[in-house]
Amino acid sequence: MTAVIEVEHLTKRFGRFTAIDDLSFSVQEHGIYGLLGRNGAGKTTLMQLLTGQQFATSGDIRLFGERPVENSSVLDRVCSIKESQRYPDEYQAHHVLTSAPWFFPRWDAALAGQLVADFRLPVKRRIKKLSRGQVSALGVIVGLASRAPLTFFDEPYLGLDAVARQIFYDRLLADYAEHPRTVLLSTHLIDEVSNLLEHVIVIDDGKIVIDAEADALRGSATTVSGRTAAVESFSAGRNVLHSENVGGLSSAVISGLGPDDRATAIGEGLDLSPVSLQQLVVATTTSRATEWKESA
Amino acid sequence: MDEDRPLFAQIAEQIENDIIDGTLAEDSQVPSTNEFAAFHRINPATAAKGVNVLVDDGVLYKRRGIGMFVSPGARATLVARRRERFENEYLKPIIAEAAKLGISRSELSTMIETETAQ
Repeated sequence: MTAVIEVEHLTKRFGRFTAIDDLSFSVQEHGIYGLLGRNGAGKTTLMQLLTGQQFATSGDIRLFGERPVENSSVLDRVCSIKESQRYPDEYQAHHVLTSAPWFFPRWDAALAGQLVADFRLPVKRRIKKLSRGQVSALGVIVGLASRAPLTFFDEPYLGLDAVARQIFYDRLLADYAEHPRTVLLSTHLIDEVSNLLEHVIVIDDGKIVIDAEADALRGSATTVSGRTAAVESFSAGRNVLHSENVGGLSSAVISGLGPDDRATAIGEGLDLSPVSLQQLVVATTTSRATEWKESA
Repeated sequence: MDEDRPLFAQIAEQIENDIIDGTLAEDSQVPSTNEFAAFHRINPATAAKGVNVLVDDGVLYKRRGIGMFVSPGARATLVARRRERFENEYLKPIIAEAAKLGISRSELSTMIETETAQ
């Protein structure tokens, strides 16, 4: 396997604020990666650094083995779609679609045309007059039809309705199957995309908190609930990600439970339920909310 | 798809189910990894992993450049394996629940007989 993205000890500070804090990770060729995290966790800053739109304070970034900043041999192979993409004022969607091949050597005009029909995008209307969702659809079309070996989608679907999002997922999977490439998708709609992802990177406070195969995370954590005393005695010494209590009842999200642990929990009258990827991400990134709850 | 088990394992199990109930006959072609991925809306690599589990297991075999096929004798092997698991996975929970509710042994066997007679 070849690494398409290699990041070592990457740090980005804005004044005294540290947005990205000593990150190291790599992304392998041909995979759909999810970049997840809360608002302000550093997802967009990280994507900007990776695509050469921001300068790192320290650390090293390599895309296809080279530094991305001002490097056209790298940037020709990269497509970056962000939530609030701006276009020239007088532009209509078809201007964007006509000029896209200048920047993306692998552009597929037939695919773009098909996506325009799927999303029902009015191509001869000024982009300023399009709805929020239609502007997002235009970004998604560019991202898919560019067929860039490395494609970034940063919250690509603000305002896209459920039907359009499903079209995006289906087209992404279908085109990815025929033209394998590396996709890094950042989103808050984790439940919707969890099955599409091969690998998940979760960042919180500028640091990586999860970097794992999506299928390995599935079932890796369990919610254990029951009477507080029983939950607490079972949790002791185990890897508790998150816990809550109401009255005499408690629930704890615990990772790494084996079949024996499960049998023990059931024997002690506790209820076990699976934790979805979204719940797992929430549990690993809400420490502050818990503290607040405890002090309330 | 369930939340609590790896998707690849669920894909493998579904193919097994289709072989056991005869939907996929022996020596017939199994849908491609990409077809599974599109149908279940999952990552193609995950679907491929599920199919490969069955190839390693000998349930499916590969024909280069054509696709995956059900191995001869796969159904018998799978049925034998599921029968071994039947007692632990189905019978024991029923007996435990019946005991909890105070359903006697003879009541339980009458229930089973009535149900299976239908």
